[in-house]
Amino acid sequence: MQQTDALPAQVKGRSQQTAAQPKPGLFRRIMTDVKRDKHLYVLIGPYMILFFLFTVVPVALSILISLTYFNMLEFPRWAGWNNYMRLFLDDDIFIIALKNTFIFAVITGPISYIACFLFAWLINELRPKARAIMTLVFYAPSISGNIYFIWQIMFSGDAYGIVNGFLMRTGFISEPILWFQNPKYTLMIIIIVQLWLSLGTSFLAFIAGLQTVDRTLFEAGAVDGIRNRWQELWYITLPSMRPQLMFGAVIQITASFAVADVAMNLAGFPSVQYSAHTVVTHLIDYGTIRFEMGYASAIATVLFMIMLGSNLIIQKLLRKVGD
Amino acid sequence: MRISLRFGGQKRINRSWQVDFLLFLLLGLFGAFMVIPLIYAINNAFKPLDELFLFPPKIFVRNPTLNNFPDLFHLMAKSWVPFSRYIFNTVFITLAGTIGHVLLASAAAYPLAKYKFRGSKVLFSIVVLSLMFSPQVTAIPNYMTMSWLGWIDTYWAIIVPAFAFPLGLYLMKQFIEQIPMALLESAKIDGANEYRVFWSIVMPLVKPAWFTLIILLFQMLWASDGGSFIYSEELKTMHFAMGQIIQGGIARAGVAAAVALLLMIVPVVMFIITQSQIIQTMASSGIKE
Repeated sequence: MQQTDALPAQVKGRSQQTAAQPKPGLFRRIMTDVKRDKHLYVLIGPYMILFFLFTVVPVALSILISLTYFNMLEFPRWAGWNNYMRLFLDDDIFIIALKNTFIFAVITGPISYIACFLFAWLINELRPKARAIMTLVFYAPSISGNIYFIWQIMFSGDAYGIVNGFLMRTGFISEPILWFQNPKYTLMIIIIVQLWLSLGTSFLAFIAGLQTVDRTLFEAGAVDGIRNRWQELWYITLPSMRPQLMFGAVIQITASFAVADVAMNLAGFPSVQYSAHTVVTHLIDYGTIRFEMGYASAIATVLFMIMLGSNLIIQKLLRKVGD
Repeated sequence: MRISLRFGGQKRINRSWQVDFLLFLLLGLFGAFMVIPLIYAINNAFKPLDELFLFPPKIFVRNPTLNNFPDLFHLMAKSWVPFSRYIFNTVFITLAGTIGHVLLASAAAYPLAKYKFRGSKVLFSIVVLSLMFSPQVTAIPNYMTMSWLGWIDTYWAIIVPAFAFPLGLYLMKQFIEQIPMALLESAKIDGANEYRVFWSIVMPLVKPAWFTLIILLFQMLWASDGGSFIYSEELKTMHFAMGQIIQGGIARAGVAAAVALLLMIVPVVMFIITQSQIIQTMASSGIKE
């Protein structure tokens, strides 16, 4: 027993000794490098300090807090996995939120991604003036702030709402539908609005990417037997745009899991029968209303894992496109 | 139809006008889907009250009026805080956050794009990773940080985190990478130090990327409602005021539409002016392997 105890200590001591020899060297080397590049560190410093303070450290803190009971008033108490167990085993509303979030993500993620590319691809064939106008038409909703509240007016539950008015005049329905009181419609309307808002940064990246595809490749392709635009798209355009496609995927995936503002503003908070409740609205509920910070951090951590996980998987898949 | 779809005089290979027609019909239909709500929102701002509540409802205004705009100021004049204060808050937060972000992100992007130094690769990888989750993930620790800094209920809680917005740094770094190293080196031979190279060579060359960062930050901050950080009425933003007006219900529908128009028009006009520069920046946005 003593021997086995002694052995690691000896090894430890030796490794410390051997590590101690190059350590000052390594340290000194780092210091000379840092000193040489000190202007570069001065330049990145201000940004990186703030970036770590508001993005990197909070992720680590969030994971840590998720393992405690914390209400902002008392010192946090250790909770181990309890918050997570409660989340997945006892919290029925979280399961609804998770289900809704995945429905939103699985529908709006791929559709918005394909829409961004499809419309960028079609717009790219227009003449420069028409191209600029159509780019504006498709991009404008995503930068118009909270203008999506107009959908609330369009889908308003009385006969003055433009959708009800249209359906009543054409005889599809005889009395107005209360769109946001009926869980059957709520999810659908939020998906439509979310898609309407989703042609943002990635759409612009695709338009830009399409303009940089080398035109001579198309001529070469035609010589090599590419006969129609679909083959051209698959064999030339898509492979040349892989970096933009990967960038766009990151933006669309992250956005598709973060549905909250639209749901809260259109369907109310909390929504009827939690029909528009998502992981983010659940997080807002516990974080800013109930002040159960440990529990809210567990929700945030789950969200973080879902977003990061799906992004990394999709990146891996996209790297294989065209290989 | 066919001729109008051509690239300026370029010979079009592998295209047939039938498919062209179908595809551009599709583009037109979805374009209408995108633009009709916006047109409706613009028209609502000019509708008198009786037209806002008309059956059957109409998208276009028939007797346009400008009354909703003065009404907005009258309505808000009676409120606790004058509307001009909300405008000031939004404009101040937007300008300060945008300018700070463009400066800090460009300064950080230049070394990351052009030099290899200890930590540069790791730092950039972290920035790319941070694009893969949304800010809600960090909301709770950020609230604690803000209260620890004493920034709750100040402009800084909104402005300073915006400085370190990751997407801006990412796009700026990708764009700066295209600047030829020879240009920077020749400036250094002439005696310029890193700061001078950054400020007098790099910054003027990346103007298109500035506009991109400006539009991204501008629309984000312009749409900010203060979140959970700001609770004093006199520090709240135009967006928050709009929410309050909408809550006011039917009698205020015209005024609400007027605020919505004010909020929407500024980022859209900015985009119209800077579109070509933004597209130029986005060309280098791809994630390289």
